[in-house]
Amino acid sequence: MTNYLEVRNLSKRFGDFSALGDISLDIAEGEFVCFLGPSGCGKTTLLRAIAGLDPQTSGTIRQKGRDVSGLPPAQRDFGIVFQSYALFPNLTVTDNVGYGLVSRRQGRAQIEKRVIELLALVGLPDSGSKYPAQLSGGQQQRVALARALATSPGLLLLDEPLSALDARVRLRLRHEIKALQRTLGVTTIMVTHDQEEALTMADRIVVMNHGAIEQVGSPQEIYRQPATAFVADFVGSMNFLSGTLEAPERVKIGGRAFACPAQDGLAVGTAVRLSIRPEDVRVRDLPADIANRVEVDVAELDFVGAFCRATLKVLGEGDVALVADFSSNLIRDLGVAIGSRLDIALPPDRVRVYAA
Amino acid sequence: MSLAVLAPRIGPRLALSRDDLLMRGGLVALIGVLLLIVGLPLWALLAKGFQDGDGHYVGLANYISYFSTPALFNSALNSLHVAAVCTAIVVPVAFLYAYALTRAVLPAKWLFQGISLIPIFAPSLLPGLALIYLFGNQGFFKGLIGGSIYGFDGIVIAQVFYCLPHATMILVTALATADARLYEAADALGASKLRVFFTVTLPGAKYGLISAALVVFTLVITDFGIAKVIGGNFNVLATDVYKQVIGQQNFSMGAVVGMVLLAPAALAFVVDHLVQRKQVALLTARAVPLIAKPKFGRDLFFTLFCTIVAAGILAILGMAAWGSLIKYWPYNLSLTLANYEFANFDSNGWNSYWNSLEMALGAAVFGTTLMFVGAWLNEKTKGFGAVRSAVQLLAFLPMAVPGIVLGLGYIFFFNAPNNPLNFLYATMGILVINTMAHFYTVGHLTATTALKQIDPEFESVSASLKVPIWRTFGRVTVPICLPAVLDIAIYLFVNAMTTVSSVIFLYAPDTKLASVAAVNIEETGATAAAAALCLVIVATSATVKALHLLADRFLLGRLQAWRRR
Repeated sequence: MTNYLEVRNLSKRFGDFSALGDISLDIAEGEFVCFLGPSGCGKTTLLRAIAGLDPQTSGTIRQKGRDVSGLPPAQRDFGIVFQSYALFPNLTVTDNVGYGLVSRRQGRAQIEKRVIELLALVGLPDSGSKYPAQLSGGQQQRVALARALATSPGLLLLDEPLSALDARVRLRLRHEIKALQRTLGVTTIMVTHDQEEALTMADRIVVMNHGAIEQVGSPQEIYRQPATAFVADFVGSMNFLSGTLEAPERVKIGGRAFACPAQDGLAVGTAVRLSIRPEDVRVRDLPADIANRVEVDVAELDFVGAFCRATLKVLGEGDVALVADFSSNLIRDLGVAIGSRLDIALPPDRVRVYAA
Repeated sequence: MSLAVLAPRIGPRLALSRDDLLMRGGLVALIGVLLLIVGLPLWALLAKGFQDGDGHYVGLANYISYFSTPALFNSALNSLHVAAVCTAIVVPVAFLYAYALTRAVLPAKWLFQGISLIPIFAPSLLPGLALIYLFGNQGFFKGLIGGSIYGFDGIVIAQVFYCLPHATMILVTALATADARLYEAADALGASKLRVFFTVTLPGAKYGLISAALVVFTLVITDFGIAKVIGGNFNVLATDVYKQVIGQQNFSMGAVVGMVLLAPAALAFVVDHLVQRKQVALLTARAVPLIAKPKFGRDLFFTLFCTIVAAGILAILGMAAWGSLIKYWPYNLSLTLANYEFANFDSNGWNSYWNSLEMALGAAVFGTTLMFVGAWLNEKTKGFGAVRSAVQLLAFLPMAVPGIVLGLGYIFFFNAPNNPLNFLYATMGILVINTMAHFYTVGHLTATTALKQIDPEFESVSASLKVPIWRTFGRVTVPICLPAVLDIAIYLFVNAMTTVSSVIFLYAPDTKLASVAAVNIEETGATAAAAALCLVIVATSATVKALHLLADRFLLGRLQAWRRR
């Protein structure tokens, strides 16, 4: 796979504040990459640096082998969709979509054909004569997408394109944008703070925090093997139990020892945090010799719809508590209620350890 | 080479695109224009204050002589006194009027609103003329007042008329932006009406009140027309500048008085600017607008109050109108149109009116273009921070400079024999340029506000689509900002029609303006003809404003179908 976009040692400073610190990243041709992180983590700054809208302080960006680091946006090859859509309110949908085509000295008929094709592509074949204010948010977003794709850019940049929409429309557009991207094969970068959006849409996710990359990986990798405690906490729900690394494969929490995957990077004796996802806590059919078995009291039971989120207090350990997701079946079968006492296990292969 | 090694590496700077170069070039040109029409004239004025009549540097001698001449220095005290008294009268009256318009249910509210705006369309000498008819040496009600109307009292009454719309407009804006939820919360907590007024209403209007007070203070202190017509022997700074320059040809002393006049106006401007910076948006997008509910006692009180104020405004306007139609005040009260035969009073006749129209149109067309394009360049140019700050400063400067001071600066700068722009002196061009400069700030601010309201990513989108920025300016930015563009043009037109102060030094015999002609005619004692000319100006600017409102309502509605949902 050739790298379509190569970002090397990119930094961006605002006075004393470092918005991006030494970012290096490769993106393959045709890939759909999400920049994911909390607000202020630098994801939009990185996107705007790649577009040339807010140039970096130092570092280089190569696009398709060409060094674009010093080029103004107009000399780079990208289409962009903003959270606000930035549709021209005084132009019709047709004129908006054709806006970039008109200055390319194409014939009127040719432009018209291309606009019709694009509007069909985004599912708005009959809206050409309308003004943006007459469209719903989701429709405006599609027009913005069509306008960005009109000039067939090699790189599509999406800056929080779905966050201004209501939940139902957002779900539908997720699939449409992903399908469209797959059909066109256009290399795409999307900025989002919504982990679910990133997990469902991206080929690869770049998790960012405080202007640095925390982890780059497929959605499965990010969710199953979070590289840092930040990623583990930011993507999905996660229990963190504070303890000490007693041996490379054992963490002591309170008076108990828990087995974990071998930790090569951490010295024995360091303070650590043991983590496990709520859905990975095992309750049913525990074999007698299962590792990491603990007895717990159910302290709280929150009904979330498809399942219940239970807060469990580890017996004899005072304030050590963790949450677990119990299906409705399980609650019915085992008769779980507030105050019930349960045996649970934290499967060692599902447990991860991070330095505290 | 060594420098490159020593300097910390800042990293690759973006190459400038054609758009960037174009806009930076535009900004540099704009700075040049603003320096020519604002900066350098003021500089010339400042320098003149340190020179004697022959242009030799004399240090502070002129200033020392100013402050040690009681006759001159007293004018400064007089100006401050008048301004303070007018502010103390106008702000409470305007507050009550604005409160009535926004928080009470008035019958025919639009009429009260419209009447309160009338003084804006008149040259400031109009209320002075009306007062002469009412209380002057041969006035109707001369017996009612103890002394003479010429002087302090006359100036104050006329200024109240002249300043009221400015203060009312500011306070209507301040009071209109109220969140009904705050009042509901106060009600729910059982607060008394009086307590609600002092804890919710007044704090909400605080910045508006400060702004209104400073605007009135500045208007009074810098106005020339009223003091000229009805000041009598009561000297103020603005008339002193005129007397020094036109009467005594003492340009250096004129410059010194101008600088003294500049000080309080500039101070008021700076204070207002600092105060407004502290203001945070009171009205968030989620606020619920307050709509007044009928309440008999309150509504009756405010209807009476507004009727009295509106009657006062109409009385002054009506007096000027009636006076202009009377044959020979007060001996022959039969009606005539003879006073509108301006040729009998001033050699220019109606030409001064056509000059005014030409000048106002020129200022509106060229001024709006310069202000809007300038504000756009300043808003949308990337980087170039120092230059943009300089533009901002030069654009704000005219607001702090009294017209008569700017006009004086123009004499010194453009009339200098070694200035290559000398050819402009005594042409229609210099009047247009001076008016554009004098009213630059409000136009610049209106354009900037409108530009800030449109999506900042339009230019990013254009760049990504490889569309040149000027194309987006023409196809998107200007159409969206059309209402603001019209506002600026009308503002410039009306002010160009009514202004007296800055242009009084700059006209030539064949470019005399109507407002200036009215001052000259009044000087000859032909009060009726002066009033007639003022009324022609009022009629013209009010008509243009009415056309603007109609256009806003009907024409824009059709042209801008895209605004409808």
